[in-house]
Amino acid sequence: MGAGLAEAGGAILEARDLACLRGERAVFAGLSLSLAEGTALLLTGANGAGKSTLLRILAGLLRPAEGAVLWRGEDIAADPAAHARRLRYLSHQDALKPALTVTENLAFFARLWGGEVGRALTAVALAPLAELPARVLSSGQKRRLALARLALAPAPLWLLDEPTTGLDAASVERLGPLLAAHRAAGGIVVAATHLPLPLPDAQELRL
Amino acid sequence: MSAPEDGGTGPDRPREAAAFRALLGREIRLALRHPADTLAAVLFFVLVSALFPFGVGPAPETLARLAPGALFAAALLAALLPLDRLFGADAEDGTLDQLLLSGLPRGGIAAAKALGHWITTGLPLLAATPVAAALLNLPVEAWGAALAALALATALLSLLGTVGAALTLGARRGSVLLPLLVLPLAIPAVIFGAAAIEAAAAGLSPAPFLLLLGAGVSLAVPLAPLAAGAALGAE
Repeated sequence: MGAGLAEAGGAILEARDLACLRGERAVFAGLSLSLAEGTALLLTGANGAGKSTLLRILAGLLRPAEGAVLWRGEDIAADPAAHARRLRYLSHQDALKPALTVTENLAFFARLWGGEVGRALTAVALAPLAELPARVLSSGQKRRLALARLALAPAPLWLLDEPTTGLDAASVERLGPLLAAHRAAGGIVVAATHLPLPLPDAQELRL
Repeated sequence: MSAPEDGGTGPDRPREAAAFRALLGREIRLALRHPADTLAAVLFFVLVSALFPFGVGPAPETLARLAPGALFAAALLAALLPLDRLFGADAEDGTLDQLLLSGLPRGGIAAAKALGHWITTGLPLLAATPVAAALLNLPVEAWGAALAALALATALLSLLGTVGAALTLGARRGSVLLPLLVLPLAIPAVIFGAAAIEAAAAGLSPAPFLLLLGAGVSLAVPLAPLAAGAALGAE
């Protein structure tokens, strides 16, 4: 990551004057942020404040009514495929198929991004359940399987929407090293949450 | 842990091809795990074909006269059955967001879905065609033409249906809207397909009609995924 080191300290992910409308009502307007390598940003705020919407805008899934999202100074709308390849997005939903086994669910994403399924399952302590169909997992285990996607292959930007919903304390703790390794390698985390996350010295944006 | 790699710019063809194969493989695997959907379409096709003799009466000539049209109407309606879940299931469980972020262009996602639908619905319907053809008293000389015409027509319906499924995604009563959008567009396929079977039954060559059907499919192969992809992106 030679180019990354050269720009260390500079802003990688930037948002300028974002505005989002829901119907006639502005959810947020004039929102700007700037994140350097290895930083983490927590999005907090009441239900309906626009946390999930902002994550979808940063992912390029939703076009902002105004403003732009920039990656290394370039508008992400100019090359959505390149932006998609550099990010991992964890939404409210776990994006699992109940009929497929734990391994098969993750193997699909491993074919998209590369990475080892076994190692990623070990990172979220799901290895013993690898051959079970996803439909028999508890909601917390399903969440862990969704989180295992983060451990598959590195990507510089993680967008996490309530990543710890349904997780027990041990699983939340296990997320710590995963997030720390990502940040140590220069990755950026933006997480919307109501619960405490193992993200030391994260900035906070209250929507 | 290795450093996060940056995505780079421009299309990445090998990775897109791998994503296309991954998505297609997943569609087929899911269909194998849920054989009920495919089975429902095949049974619907056979049962509708079995109803005609009861309605029309057992006179073999009348039945054979109706057979091409009935075969086509039954097959296309059966192929429509699984279409309203084509994107709906993925949209509900969050998979669609992940697919949109897979780096595969939206048209590529739609193309994989259309091909998946044809493999998991169109091909089983073709396998059941001899049964339906026998129930409708279609002359055996015309079975080959019927198979060829249905192969092309179901491919066309998979492509058009993918556009319809993408357009009606998230719409209330989408499952009602979808056939209303797709079936009128499938009328040329019914006309040329039934004509091909009638020609073969009369001892003529079905080739001109099959070529016209093939032209329709070749037109839809590049255009339908583009249209469906555009509809998927319109959030």
